Amino acid sequence: MADLADLTISEAGVGLRAGDFTSVDLLEAVTKRASMTEAQLHAYLTLDHEGAPTQALSADEMFSNGEDRGPLQGIPVALKDNMCTLGVETTASSRILAGWIPPYDATVVERLKASGAVITGKTNLDEFAMGSSTENSAFGTTRNPWNTDKVPGGSSGGSAAVAAVGSAFGSFGSDTGGSVRQPAAFTGVVGMKPTYGLVSRYGLIAFASSLDQIGPFSRSVSDSVAMLEIISGFDPRDATSINARVPEFGRSLAKGVSGMRIGIVSDFMNPDIIDSEIIAATRAMADRLQDSGAEVVEVALPSTEFSLSAYYLIAPAECSSNLARFDGVRYGHRSDFEGTTEEMMAHSRAEGFGPEVIRRILLGTYALSAGYYDAFYGQAQRVRTLVRREFATAYEHVDALISPTTPSTAFGVGEKSSDPIAMYYSDLCTIPSNLAGDPAISVPIGLDDQNLPIGFQIMAPALGEEVMYQVAAEVERLADFTQRPYLATSIEVKP
Amino acid sequence: MPVDIDIARVANLARLSLTEDQLETFGAQLGDILEHAERVQALPTEGVPPTSHPLPMVNAFRADEVGECLKPESFLSEAPDVADGQFRVPRILG
Amino acid sequence: MTDWEAVIGLETHVELSTRSKMFCSCPVDVDGLPNAACCPVCLALPGALPVPNEKAIEGIVKIGLALDCEINESSLFYRKNYFYPDLPKNYQISQYTFPVCEHGELEVDVDGTTKTVGITRVHMEEDTGKSTHVGDGDGRIHDADHTLLDFNRAGVPLVEVVTEPDIRTSEEARAYGAELQRIVLALGVSDAKLEAGSMRFDVNVSVRPRGREELGTRTETKNVNSLRSVQRTIDFEIDRQIKVLESGGTIRQETRHWNENTGVTTSMRSKEESEDYRYFQDPDLLPLEVTQRWQDEIKETIPELPAQRRERYIAAGTDDVTAGVLVDNGELGALFDEAVDGGASGRSVGIWLTGEVVAYSRRNDIHIADSPLAAVHLVELTTMVDEGKLSSSAAKEVLIGVLDGGGSPSDVAEAKDLLQVSDTGAIEAAVDQVLSQNPDAIEKISAGDMKPFGFLVGQVMRNMGGKADPKIVQQLLRDRTAS
Ligand SMILES: [Mg+2]
Ligand SMILES: [Zn+2]
Repeated sequence: MADLADLTISEAGVGLRAGDFTSVDLLEAVTKRASMTEAQLHAYLTLDHEGAPTQALSADEMFSNGEDRGPLQGIPVALKDNMCTLGVETTASSRILAGWIPPYDATVVERLKASGAVITGKTNLDEFAMGSSTENSAFGTTRNPWNTDKVPGGSSGGSAAVAAVGSAFGSFGSDTGGSVRQPAAFTGVVGMKPTYGLVSRYGLIAFASSLDQIGPFSRSVSDSVAMLEIISGFDPRDATSINARVPEFGRSLAKGVSGMRIGIVSDFMNPDIIDSEIIAATRAMADRLQDSGAEVVEVALPSTEFSLSAYYLIAPAECSSNLARFDGVRYGHRSDFEGTTEEMMAHSRAEGFGPEVIRRILLGTYALSAGYYDAFYGQAQRVRTLVRREFATAYEHVDALISPTTPSTAFGVGEKSSDPIAMYYSDLCTIPSNLAGDPAISVPIGLDDQNLPIGFQIMAPALGEEVMYQVAAEVERLADFTQRPYLATSIEVKP
Repeated sequence: MPVDIDIARVANLARLSLTEDQLETFGAQLGDILEHAERVQALPTEGVPPTSHPLPMVNAFRADEVGECLKPESFLSEAPDVADGQFRVPRILG
Repeated sequence: MTDWEAVIGLETHVELSTRSKMFCSCPVDVDGLPNAACCPVCLALPGALPVPNEKAIEGIVKIGLALDCEINESSLFYRKNYFYPDLPKNYQISQYTFPVCEHGELEVDVDGTTKTVGITRVHMEEDTGKSTHVGDGDGRIHDADHTLLDFNRAGVPLVEVVTEPDIRTSEEARAYGAELQRIVLALGVSDAKLEAGSMRFDVNVSVRPRGREELGTRTETKNVNSLRSVQRTIDFEIDRQIKVLESGGTIRQETRHWNENTGVTTSMRSKEESEDYRYFQDPDLLPLEVTQRWQDEIKETIPELPAQRRERYIAAGTDDVTAGVLVDNGELGALFDEAVDGGASGRSVGIWLTGEVVAYSRRNDIHIADSPLAAVHLVELTTMVDEGKLSSSAAKEVLIGVLDGGGSPSDVAEAKDLLQVSDTGAIEAAVDQVLSQNPDAIEKISAGDMKPFGFLVGQVMRNMGGKADPKIVQQLLRDRTAS
């Protein structure tokens, strides 16, 4: 028997409009899926048992009134817990924010609500989005629904897991160095990072302001388009928001890749760094794109070698300043330590932040401090310019770039948590797009020999979402990836 | 090249009260990471301008118009300590 | 004994009187209930982002242009990182390299000589919240039990004007502060209320033996909030530093605090280590581009500045002091302008306005703008004096009558019977009568002793009830007594 929770958003939308089921039914289905999987997954931090049913009822009322606000009306979706939700606890998975009830909605949340979407709840993440495994959460580790001994990736691991397992029809994460694409690859779903400035950051708890973008997780490329269309567009409350007409991202989904020039990034096909199975799968997909009529050429991006180093200076520098506001004065954790305000702040912060956050704050503070700025932060900013230029040059010759999303498939819980640098390497292929500000997407293309999903990355120039989705849709067709994680109970009945 | 870090000073700048053990651990880890991060210095960047913002945009403004404020109770209720409608903190060293 | 010279620089913070704050749409309203003018942005709630106020940018460009600055076509916002409970983000959005304005100068008048003070930079930033220290120490921070924080002021646009170390005396510093205040007021970008803290000074002082090029170690006294205090702070610091150096000590580079009640500066608890603000470009904000065209548009809106105004008043016949009073008092200045435009004598109008009129408004505690006095009255009044219809003392009386609501000057003069007699016949008769009563006086005068001349004038005036034109009386007496 088909379970509603396994439908894609577009399938669910068809059923809602046909009157086959209601939004309340959809919410029940994903809530039931959550109740069956959460004990093992721990993907949700908060399920909104009050707001979500109200929103579902109101969506159903809209349908019965003939009001249609688009593809997300009545669709239950989940939010990474670093997006502010009015009246619903928002923690960024940090002890320093435990219990905090925001008095405002993030712009993305406002837009989702306005589109008639149903917000199921808030998902787990690496504390303040710093991490690649969702192990750095103050509220427990999220597991991979394909194999609960494995991590779901991060930092948006909770959002990836709920989209993969069906405890929401889709979800939203944030991507600073790969935090949507890498967990999407690990959990076998589609995850995309928009062009920097396309989606408002207002209300997204900042990690690294010049890199952060909110992006969707979905079980199909066309769902990804629908979700992005709802959340993107100019926001006067975000000065870095692009003030231009939003392109129609999905216009070319059916066009195929015939006649396109696609570059495969040779630096990300290095067997010293990337698993051979992933290289093979990526190469095979590149060949099939060629068979579909694209011209696939090798493209070298030599300065991407330095991207990781630059990223691990720029992101910590920005975060050291962004996280200064967590001081125990106006909200969040305040230490019981009795002393001066200065001591109260220093103790509150040391008690409230987890080790990875402290590590990055220290790193960023150091990189910005007098005498080191030029050698570290300043140099990283100049390297960033070189990375941007290299991408720009590449896009003079190709329409899109392809590569693996990650060097490996999902790794084991605890496997890398004691080695920060090894952990940082899992963002190797995703970081360059954040530095460049360009859009990129991960599409699942198969399973490795451990039955773990492999992600395939498509990158495009700034505001090139349409081209990116065009290639992604072809990759999706060619891969025909229909397998479901074992934790999703009705694997075989996908319509 | 090992990187020399006055970790206690950095922690103090970052307003983090860390134990001696923590300082030692974080100091060592920072050294490792910075050794790696130092690779950025290998790229010649003379004459290359820094990127602070990935897109070449300028001048995002708002008009000088008054909008709605939050009701004080909506955020004071979240504060660790409040008195007389204000946030309260302990004695300040200055 | 060493001859010491002080080297002084001022950093002036000016709150702009925009409607909304610098980076959010909360009202610039510091008098409301605590924390009532706050939003996610100015409280630094997680996720909030700043968007700059265009009007504030225009405000700082106006100030820069008025101070003869170069306006950077492209300037950048930086974060100045330091932890302090009244600073919600624990960084202040400010500027570092590439401020909006650089390399300006301001000419100030110090006891009749012109002093040029270089302006290093004028940059845009945001204000902090307000702390109230509660406990035993009557508001002093170190003795307080705890501190209350109100963020209504947090995020109010703040312009910082930094001078070169060109100032040498406390008088120069005071004159500079006063002139800057006048400019800001003339531009209409700030209410520049020193007592309310919307304009405040950080005072940098060092001393060195006169003739030495090298600068001494400087101290910075923060948040001095009156011109008088600026002067006192500087005098105190110069004196203190010279004493320290002459007794063989050294000056510590430190931040000091001015205590208004005791009249001394004291060292604020010095931080264990030097400040390291870790400035970096704010990734939440885009570069600011003030194109030449925008600058030109802003330039169009700049009104006449105090220096130009002062020059114009002097050219119209006033003395320096009168011109100064007219510059500082917009109502009087406006009346003056209108009256002079209507043909009145600048010299007389200046004296009346800054004398009788100011005294009247003080005495009666009213604004001149609210009184019946209009520029046409001043024009009429000078005409009457010029035509000899009023004596200058009668003119003052008429002016008061006008201020009291007695109507036009001629109405008042008539009602009070103050019109001067210039009818030569009547005056001649009075002169002849007085002369016939005082033959001995005529004799003395004929002998070259002019002493009785004044007495004779007085007698004539008395007989005429004070209304004779004294010029005519004198002329007639001179004619008659000339031998
Ligand atoms: Mg300042
Ligand atoms: Zn505000």
